[in-house]
Order: sequence, then structure tokens, then C-alpha cells
Amino acid sequence: MLTAPAGWLVLVYIAALAALLITAFWTVDTFTGQVSTVWTTENIVTVLTDPVYQRITLRTLWIAIAVTVIDMILALPIAFFIAKVAGARWEKLLVVAVLMPLWASYLVKAYAWRNVLAEGGLLEWLGAPIGLSSPGYGETAVILTLSYIWLPYMILPIYAGFDRVPDSLLEASGDLGAKPLTTMRLVMLPLLVPSIIAGTIFTFSLSLGDYITAQIVGGTTQMLGTVVYANVGAANNLPFAAAVSLVPIAIIMFYLFVVRRTGALNNL
Amino acid sequence: MRLSRGAKVVLGVITALVLLFIYTPLMLVVVNSFNADRTFGWPPKGFTLEWWGKAFDSPGVRDAVVSSLWVALVATAISLVLGTLLAMSLQRYAFFGRDVISLLVILPIALPGVVTGIALNNMFTTILGVPLSLWTVVIAHATFCMVTVFNNVIARLRRMSAGLEEASADLGAGVFTTFGLVTFPQLRSALLAGGLLAFALSFDEIIVTTFTIGAGETTLPIWILQNLFRPNQAPVVNVVAVVLIVVSIVPIWLAQRLAGDSVGVSGARVKAAKA
Repeated sequence: MLTAPAGWLVLVYIAALAALLITAFWTVDTFTGQVSTVWTTENIVTVLTDPVYQRITLRTLWIAIAVTVIDMILALPIAFFIAKVAGARWEKLLVVAVLMPLWASYLVKAYAWRNVLAEGGLLEWLGAPIGLSSPGYGETAVILTLSYIWLPYMILPIYAGFDRVPDSLLEASGDLGAKPLTTMRLVMLPLLVPSIIAGTIFTFSLSLGDYITAQIVGGTTQMLGTVVYANVGAANNLPFAAAVSLVPIAIIMFYLFVVRRTGALNNL
Repeated sequence: MRLSRGAKVVLGVITALVLLFIYTPLMLVVVNSFNADRTFGWPPKGFTLEWWGKAFDSPGVRDAVVSSLWVALVATAISLVLGTLLAMSLQRYAFFGRDVISLLVILPIALPGVVTGIALNNMFTTILGVPLSLWTVVIAHATFCMVTVFNNVIARLRRMSAGLEEASADLGAGVFTTFGLVTFPQLRSALLAGGLLAFALSFDEIIVTTFTIGAGETTLPIWILQNLFRPNQAPVVNVVAVVLIVVSIVPIWLAQRLAGDSVGVSGARVKAAKA
């Protein structure tokens, strides 16, 4: 009964991950274009020491951090409003309203932003009266679009976190003379930390692995994901792509390791 | 904590603005699918159904729809069987290595899609030497769709009592009779919800698909990606994008009604992880 599903997971997924790790230490025969099973650390060394890939790694990290911070700032007030201010009926409606667009295709959302940011598009039309123009396709567009795409993934865990804070605790704090901002800082925030970190795990790791958005609105912006994709497709260098893909895996593992003590992993 | 009226109003306005921010780009795609202007500037210049007609007549789009449906249906069927078996064995029986298997199930949703994609691509092409096709897409999709089915079924099993199954066995029913007459009827709506989620996940999946699909094959998302940068295809891309939005949201809405509020959230976790 267990053999079929567990076997599937092990054979398809675990074996594939293990193979990926091994392939990163192989190389491509420049003559035939075939993967040759000669052991080398050359790929890993190139990824870690070549300034081009160092820059791409830093840029990808910066984009992921920027997206995470923007989403945190946007998600906190709306999650608080839904959980603690809106009435029961509105609360249900608003949760669904946040949840539904999350299910619309990721590709379609990135494409929608291509339209929004286009020359003569919605953003230019909106910005014209106040003298703003569209940032065009580039790094800013990638940050904006990724913030948009992952926002619901930040709102939901933070909303759940606010929802779990008992109202009586907040009332007690108020009765003892704390102003709303003090209550928020001293009572609410410490209880919310795991939920916020759960949200950042989504926004951070999802942005780190992105390559579709970078392709669609990024112009020439290179991220780790686009390098992986280019090396699987056009460049036909799977071992190198495997080596590059180890970078986001390592960063995410490190981040998970750092935050595991906060209990955030149970909030995923 | 008592918030002033002013503070509540400010929070309400922020919430409304964020929701506007969430819905506007999607609405723009819907509006543009009826926009008579080929360059899709804003504001729209007129209303037309021409693009919808063109999309229905396009053989490329029709082939892509058929492929997407086929992949989604087969992947859903496989994941229903495997996900249910997995949930039943983890929930009903204690055995050596159970925790390891529980962790295994989480893995496909804990790593980003680009990693899953390249790992499977590497497995098929370099290690096994299997040519990429729609079947390799099905295998890839079934791996993460299994997780949504598993989540739904195990949540239901936890709320069901094992006593009914034991009673059935005591009364002389065999394993299959008990499953068919006792367990399955209780699981039905959870399976339907899990299946709908799996279908929606597979139908609009792009990242793992780009790494596992054979040359010359197209699913609907792949079709969009291929035609996105061709200006003369833009009108039809808008229509296909609207179809994709509708086909991915309706099953979720149904699943949510069938199995309660938590469905969308747990499924979203899987959705997030493979992106």
C-alpha cells in the first residue's frame, strides 16, 4: 500500500535531487555536447568565484530581500484589519478575496504586469497626472511584479497569526493603560514573529528561484533562475545549471536553519 | 486595545487599496481581451469579440488546450491513487520510517520549482536517457499534485474514526469491501476537493513544465510563454490568459465549497512551493 506512493517519491523526486547534486560535479564534452561523467569541481568553483555569477547571486539576493520587505509592509496592515478590525462576515469575504487571485496562474500575473508596465500602458496613464512614468522593463519591474505575485502568500500566514492572538490579551493591555502602538509593539509583535517569518520564507525563497518573471518584465536582468534556465536550454550545459541551482538551495537551507528556532516552520 | 475611529478608517482604506492593487492587473488582462486596439494602450479604444473568435479558431491554441487537459487529467488520476494510499498508510498504520516518509512528502513543496524542474530534467535526460514528452510532464506534475491530494485526505482521515472500519472488518467484510462501502463514501468529498486542486495546479503549471516537456509539445501556459513576445499574437495571448485564470480559479472555488475554508490555504502552500 505504501510501496507505490513512497516508491514514486523516492524514485522520481529524491533520486532526481541526488542526481542533481552529482551532476553538478560532472562536465560537458565541448566537442559532442554530451554530458561526460568526469569528476570535476570546476562548475562549483566558477559559480562561486567568477565575478559575473557573484554579481548575479547578489542581485538575486537583493531582489528577494526587497520583495520580502515590500510585502511585509503591505501585508501587516491589511492582515491586521482583516483579523482584528473587520466584522465576522467581512472577515470571511476578505480572506476569500485575498485567496482567489493567489490561484490565478503565476504566468498570467507576470504577463498582466507586462501590460501594466508597457509603454502607453496603465501605469503611465495613472502616473502622468502626478509626473511619474513607468519604470519600464528591468530590475525595478521585477521587484514590483514579484512583490505583487507573492503578496497573498505573505498576507495569509500573518493574518492567521493575528487571528490567533486572543482579543482578551489586547484588552488587558489596553486596560492596563497601554496605548494601541505600545500594545502592538509589546504584545502583538512578539506573538506574530513566527507568522511573519513564515511569510518571509515564501516570498524570499520563491523570489530566489524565479526566472519567468525576470524573463517577462526583467528586460536584460539576469537572476540565478535565468542562468539555470539558459544553461538547460540554449547553452546545453546541464552540469553547470545544476551547480548554479545549488546556490539558491544553499541559501534557502541556510535561511531555514537560521529561523527554525522561531517555530516559523510550523506556520507554513 | 481600543483603536480610534480614525485609525480604523485608515486601515480600511489601506486594505481597499491593497485589494485594488491585487485585482487591477488581472482585470486589465480581462479588459484587454475585449480591447479593439491592437497595441493595448490605456484607456481602451473600443470593444471587440474578434480576439475571442481568433483564439477559438487557432489550431495552436486548440492543440494546447487538449494537451493541457490531458496532462491535468492523467496527473490528477495518478495523484488521487498515490495520494490516497500514502495518506491511508501514514494515518492508519505505525511503522518503521514513518517520520522519514512524512518528511519526504513535504520535500516537493519545500524546494523552489526551478530546482524541481532542473532535477527532473536532469534525471530524465542525463541519467535515464528518456526523451522528454507529455508523459514526462505528467510524471512531474503527479509528484506535486500527490501532495495536495495527500493533504486533503489525511485531514479527513484524522477526523474519521477508525472504529467504523474495524466494525466492518469484524462483520466479515474484506479489505476492498470495507474500503468501497465504509471508507470511500466518507472520503468522497475530500477526494473530489483534492482532485480539483490537483487539476487546477497542473493545468496552469509553467515552471516545472518548461523543464520536462518534449520539443514540439505545448500546453496552454507553454503556448503563452512562446507567444508572449510576438506583438501580432498579443490579442490572442490575452484571451488565453483569461481562459487560464478562469480554469484555475473555478475548481478552487468548487473545492472550497466542498471541503471548507482550509482547502484553498493548504493548496496554496503547494502552489507556492512549485513556483
